[in-house]
Amino acid sequence: MATIAAETPTTTVTDEEHAPQLTGGWKIVARKELGDHLRSSRFVILLVLMALAGLAAVHSASGGIRDAAVGAADVPSVFLYIFILSPDRIPSFVELLGLIGPLLGIVFAFDAVNGERAQRTLPRLISQPIHRDDVINGKFAAGIGAVSLVLVAVVAMVSGYGMVRLGISPGLSDLVRLVGFVVVAIAYISVWFGLAMLLSIVTRRAATAALAAVAVWLVFALFMGLIAGIVADAVRPVHDDTNLSQVLANARLELNTRRLSPDELYQETTEALLDPLKQSTGILVQSPDDSAVPAPLGLRQSLDIAWWQLAAIAGIAVALFAVSYALFLRQEIRA
Amino acid sequence: MTAVEAVGLCKRYGDVTAVDRLDLSIEKGEIFGLLGPNGAGKTTTILMLLGLTEPTAGKARVDGLDATRAPLEVKRRVGYLPDDVGFYSDLSGRDNLRYTAELNRVPNEVAGSRIADLLNDVGLSEAADRRVSEYSRGMRQRLGLADALVKQPTLLILDEPTVNIDPEGVREILELVRGLRDREGTTVLISSHLLHQVEQICDRVGIFVKGRLAALGTVAELVADVQGGYSIEIDLEGDGDPRAVLEGVDGVTEVEQNLGGWLARSDRDVRDDVIDACRSAGFSITRLVGGISDLDAVYHTYFGGTHGDDRR
Repeated sequence: MATIAAETPTTTVTDEEHAPQLTGGWKIVARKELGDHLRSSRFVILLVLMALAGLAAVHSASGGIRDAAVGAADVPSVFLYIFILSPDRIPSFVELLGLIGPLLGIVFAFDAVNGERAQRTLPRLISQPIHRDDVINGKFAAGIGAVSLVLVAVVAMVSGYGMVRLGISPGLSDLVRLVGFVVVAIAYISVWFGLAMLLSIVTRRAATAALAAVAVWLVFALFMGLIAGIVADAVRPVHDDTNLSQVLANARLELNTRRLSPDELYQETTEALLDPLKQSTGILVQSPDDSAVPAPLGLRQSLDIAWWQLAAIAGIAVALFAVSYALFLRQEIRA
Repeated sequence: MTAVEAVGLCKRYGDVTAVDRLDLSIEKGEIFGLLGPNGAGKTTTILMLLGLTEPTAGKARVDGLDATRAPLEVKRRVGYLPDDVGFYSDLSGRDNLRYTAELNRVPNEVAGSRIADLLNDVGLSEAADRRVSEYSRGMRQRLGLADALVKQPTLLILDEPTVNIDPEGVREILELVRGLRDREGTTVLISSHLLHQVEQICDRVGIFVKGRLAALGTVAELVADVQGGYSIEIDLEGDGDPRAVLEGVDGVTEVEQNLGGWLARSDRDVRDDVIDACRSAGFSITRLVGGISDLDAVYHTYFGGTHGDDRR
């Protein structure tokens, strides 16, 4: 039987003029993915949901501001309070975003990779002249882009509504703080986007990934406060002969347990950013004669009190991206 | 010049050896059939040629380019129709091809007309702007062929292109491929477990079994190797002993009963002699076939009775 002879001399082809530049493949992937996102019904649903929730929150908050603070013109950055006040038991905009923001992240990622596998488009895609990481990088970029678009649109619309309702416009420093808030919110949602992306790589079916991501979200959103309370009471119980140090130890442990949740980190960061009067993210012990209104902080100082929370959010997001990236690159194409 | 070259190519997954020291070279403009039962390592070999899977050992080269070290340049030249090809079902056939064109950096002004031409070639002009989710399997397969050609490849790799499509569709696809080779001089590598379907357009075939190349050559060479001669199937009517008559023909080496008829093996083409002998012995010949069963013999020898359609 004729088995072919080995080692025929090889000619190395280097026709530069024939070869177009093959860099920047991620941009092509990102452009297509972003187009898919923007045309998808999930984009429209999320945009409408966030817009309605945001309007409700800002409507209620600005109503509260109008009633309470007609004479309080000396309060700095009144405008920003439309995002953090929650009268009438309707959560503030910041709280609402903390709650439903994760959905926004999950929705754009849970079927990113396993969807390609289910449609059997992955072998065809990576046999085109792009690097393998162009696929995952493009999907990251497009997902974060879609999330950012929704957030910027909703915050802009809600701000406009607040301006009309309150009849005031934000100052420059307010705007800077607002932009900072949007950046923090994008980072926070990126955590959930990264988690869903990771799940879409390790699970075979999109439904499994979505369910797992939602489960994690529910645990953090609904049960974290409960869990933190239980942990604190178990480890640092408060007895009847209450003394301050015991109560403080309990409260401190509860807070630190809650800080395992990205939601808590996000809340602390955004409150520091949006409320110049916020002096600390820790536990404040107020003495009875402590009635003076604190002086507002500058942006730098506000950032100083929440810097590590911000770093933690960014760190978690980056870590999730890195793990997703590594796993995707190591996966067999036919797996 | 060599279009595809594999030297000592190996791929192991844990203890399983998918491809075992493969040596192969395919000339430019050749249509080469990589034949073998499912699980023989054909797809793994293709993925290594494309640089999508790293070989455990050995080298894979396309146009002299190392697939592991210059994967982008290789993928720029190779059009690949994967086994069981998939498309973005929400996009139209045309938009799916447009994405492929973008990924290959085909300029927009060129892409539009090129895609329209390709869709026309594969008979999908009318369905081009419908969503792929509405396509039949055969249509997807044809779209897959157009997709592989968008980049104007110098090497076209088709993995099981004829599975699950009707005989007419098979004929169309194979004719398209042959036409392309004749017009553009494109090298074609077809992987298949359906020897009958692809042997007609392959210049050479390699029989791939359990990760090894068991045989290589033209179909005629393989048949002669396996058979060591010729064979005739013949059905006869009339009184007498056909075995004695057939055995009496000069050159016939072996006679056996075969599905109500007879099978005669010989060392040369003895069809005329057999016909004469049967006529003069008073038989009438109701059927005579020479050579057709030879491919089956090749199958049996190399595939060991597994006809491949046992998986999936």
